[in-house]
Amino acid sequence: MIKRDLIVVGGGPAGMAAALSAHEHGVKDILLLERDQFLGGILNQCIHPGFGLTYFKEILTGPEYADRFIKKITAVKDIEVSLKTFVTQLTGKKVLTSLSPGRMDEIKAKAIIMATGCRERTREMAHIAGTRPAGIFSAGLAQKLINIEGLLPGKEVVIVGSGDIGLIMARRMALEGAHVKAVIEIQKVSKGLVRNVVQCLNDFDIPLYLSHKIIKIHGKDRVEKVDVARVDENFCEIAGSQFEIACDTVLISAGLIPENELIEMAGVVMDKKTNTPVSDKVNQTSIDGLFVCGNAYQIYDLADSVTKDSILAGKMAAEYIRGKL
Amino acid sequence: MKKEFTCIECPNGCRLCVDVKDGKAVSVEGFKCPKGEKYALAEIENPTRILTSVVLAEGLSLKMVPVKTSQAIPKRLMMVAVDEIKKLKITQAVKVGDVIVKNFLDTDADLIATRDS
Ligand code: SF4
Repeated sequence: MIKRDLIVVGGGPAGMAAALSAHEHGVKDILLLERDQFLGGILNQCIHPGFGLTYFKEILTGPEYADRFIKKITAVKDIEVSLKTFVTQLTGKKVLTSLSPGRMDEIKAKAIIMATGCRERTREMAHIAGTRPAGIFSAGLAQKLINIEGLLPGKEVVIVGSGDIGLIMARRMALEGAHVKAVIEIQKVSKGLVRNVVQCLNDFDIPLYLSHKIIKIHGKDRVEKVDVARVDENFCEIAGSQFEIACDTVLISAGLIPENELIEMAGVVMDKKTNTPVSDKVNQTSIDGLFVCGNAYQIYDLADSVTKDSILAGKMAAEYIRGKL
Repeated sequence: MKKEFTCIECPNGCRLCVDVKDGKAVSVEGFKCPKGEKYALAEIENPTRILTSVVLAEGLSLKMVPVKTSQAIPKRLMMVAVDEIKKLKITQAVKVGDVIVKNFLDTDADLIATRDS
């Protein structure tokens, strides 16, 4: 079995900041595992500006924000980066199993920082009835298709949920020439930042339907239309308020869930409602020396906050390794 | 005439109120920093936005290279700009900050890469 001082799982903004911070606080043997072929995580597909204002005091796009950290990481020889590496197992004794092209490793670490980020809530979780035709995407998947693969997922779009990702995607689809017909939000106000409502919806005359929900998705092979209705205080459909919107694509932006299956497997005490570790101190878990940071620890609105949180996790891991935590 | 805006320069999203006379801004209220005042004036006279998009790459490790305008460009040029970007192709490796198109659409802004290709 391979032995390392610190393993960081995840090479997005959280993992990169944690690894750099641990190094700055004296850890000399760091292994950073990333499942994708590039470092940067979700930032690579967030090509819009708005990152870095608090941390770098300038406005950067997601890839630029990531690039700052990628350049730093590659300059530090004590941090070994292993790309295309997927962790399949984690034990309470801080042994993890990883798969990468052509090999499988068992690695034991003195400390582990989990920076596994989050995933999107699905249509099923948002309880949207109807058929299951092609043309239904999570907002983040649509973002990846457009910005990484160069593919436009559809032409007539309805977006469910007005969180920041939904708003950003409304603008992105509109810029790419799609007709964004509506953003449907069940709450009375948008969950996204006001600036995003202004620059993503108002700029493109995209209607935002507050206190509305999608009742049903129609379509046999491809999405054909959605039924929408106004809701009351209890989010129940108001009789007679129903109308339909013809569309070929539905994007679901219904929130994010921390991705923590590995620490759960290791036996960490979890809060089932939020899917995050129960801990008295930020970034810690019920297992000593196993830390969680970034969106895996809690969903943050800004990448800058993820960075701040992860710097702290890196410092704590360094202190733990030195026996000072 | 009073016009209301939300400042989009930072996540605070201050509510700005501008007094407009004959298409010119006379006074701005509600900003917490000078950027807000500037934004409100521009919104009346010539609204601008930073545009980000992706450019097709060929023979590089990325399929699409993300790009941005080095400064905000007039809002009315957005769709023209997107069409221009669709015509481009990057065939030689670029780094973050490299200029893809200089003086993009005569806006004084350059179109620059935001990721190493
Ligand atoms: S006025 Fe200043 S503080 Fe307020 S939103 Fe604009 S940039 Fe931010």
